[in-house]
Amino acid sequence: MASMREIKRRKATIESTGQITQAMKLVSTAKLQRAKGKVESSKPYFSHMYDAVNSILAKSGNISHPYLQAAQGGKKAFIVVTSNRGLAGGYNNNVVKLLTKGNIPKEDILVYAVGRKGRDTLKRYGYEIKEDYSDVMNGPMFSDAAQIGRAVLEAFANQEVSEIYIAYTVFKNTITQIPTLMRLLPVEIKEEETKNSNADLAIMNYEPEAEEALDMIIPKYVNSLIYGALTEAVASENGARMQAMDSASNNAEEMIADLALKYNRARQASITQELTEIVAGASAIE
Amino acid sequence: MADNNLFHVQVVSPDRVFFEEDIEMLEIKTTEGEIGVLAGHIPLTSIIAPGVVRFIVNGESKEAALHDGFLEILPDRVMILAESCEWPDEIDMNRAREAKNRAERRLKGSEGEINEARAEMALRKALLRLELGEKYHN
Repeated sequence: MASMREIKRRKATIESTGQITQAMKLVSTAKLQRAKGKVESSKPYFSHMYDAVNSILAKSGNISHPYLQAAQGGKKAFIVVTSNRGLAGGYNNNVVKLLTKGNIPKEDILVYAVGRKGRDTLKRYGYEIKEDYSDVMNGPMFSDAAQIGRAVLEAFANQEVSEIYIAYTVFKNTITQIPTLMRLLPVEIKEEETKNSNADLAIMNYEPEAEEALDMIIPKYVNSLIYGALTEAVASENGARMQAMDSASNNAEEMIADLALKYNRARQASITQELTEIVAGASAIE
Repeated sequence: MADNNLFHVQVVSPDRVFFEEDIEMLEIKTTEGEIGVLAGHIPLTSIIAPGVVRFIVNGESKEAALHDGFLEILPDRVMILAESCEWPDEIDMNRAREAKNRAERRLKGSEGEINEARAEMALRKALLRLELGEKYHN
């Protein structure tokens, strides 16, 4: 059995770690509240943009436009949204897994990293990091999203990449976050939605011409999806960290209880032993 | 049917729902020029140019600065997706003045073509803010 001193020291260590995780949990709870508010206020734009683009594309019939057609071959751009800090449970790893466990070979992937953790892990696995926007995660703004959007669209226009994806974590609620891979370009139109809007089929007019208008609308669409993904990722990060820290605090408490029991037993054992020694010593003298 | 004169307008920007009401008439500047929209307009999608947008309800008009985005017009509703928009009382005059000077300086210096386009856009936004701001702040 470990000595009393050893147990006591170990207990103290776990206690102070428990204090840290407890504090981190409170911090991420507060941050989560703020991030949640931001997600909620950006959601209308995000969803209206999605609806608007879908209805425009559904109403306008078969427009041929580079943004809508899948080009053959070429590399694929992946915007990978992770966090700058660790201690968030599986949060970062789950996003990275979308790439490593996906069926797209690593040679075809160009990574646009947002978040230091994902960037470092992917670099270690040998992915090509094209661009790094990790500072954005400290407080994403729409202009940041626009900057990333501009970079990927430029690569798309130069035919450096044929498809653009974004890997991020959807914030469903405080305890559920879902790592998701979404294709930004070429735009996918959902089948059912196309059918629904066929009912009130009114031909959409464009001013300027359809092609020119889509030239301007699609980048805005991409930017807004990136912005939405960034705000959701921040909320997810804090949600994941809150949960991770919560279970860490619980584990610490459990261990402390266990150690306290061991400590008391050791104490009792040592007292008993001392007593036996004293009694034995006294009887030897007699 | 008085209701037929009204149509629903929604202006949404990335961080909030900016405006949502039933109105009589909408005046807005697009890349092709200024347009006025009444209820029953043909479906139209257009790109917004920096300009003043007017919402007219009961003969009263509300103005706001609208910088970037696009709009989708349907017979009974209009959806404006704006990347940035402000009410006159939200405009920071000093910041707009600074932005104007900065953009002007950039246009004088000869940088790349893309930068020039961006500086010009920034200048137009700054001028719009100043114009609308001066009208209301005094």
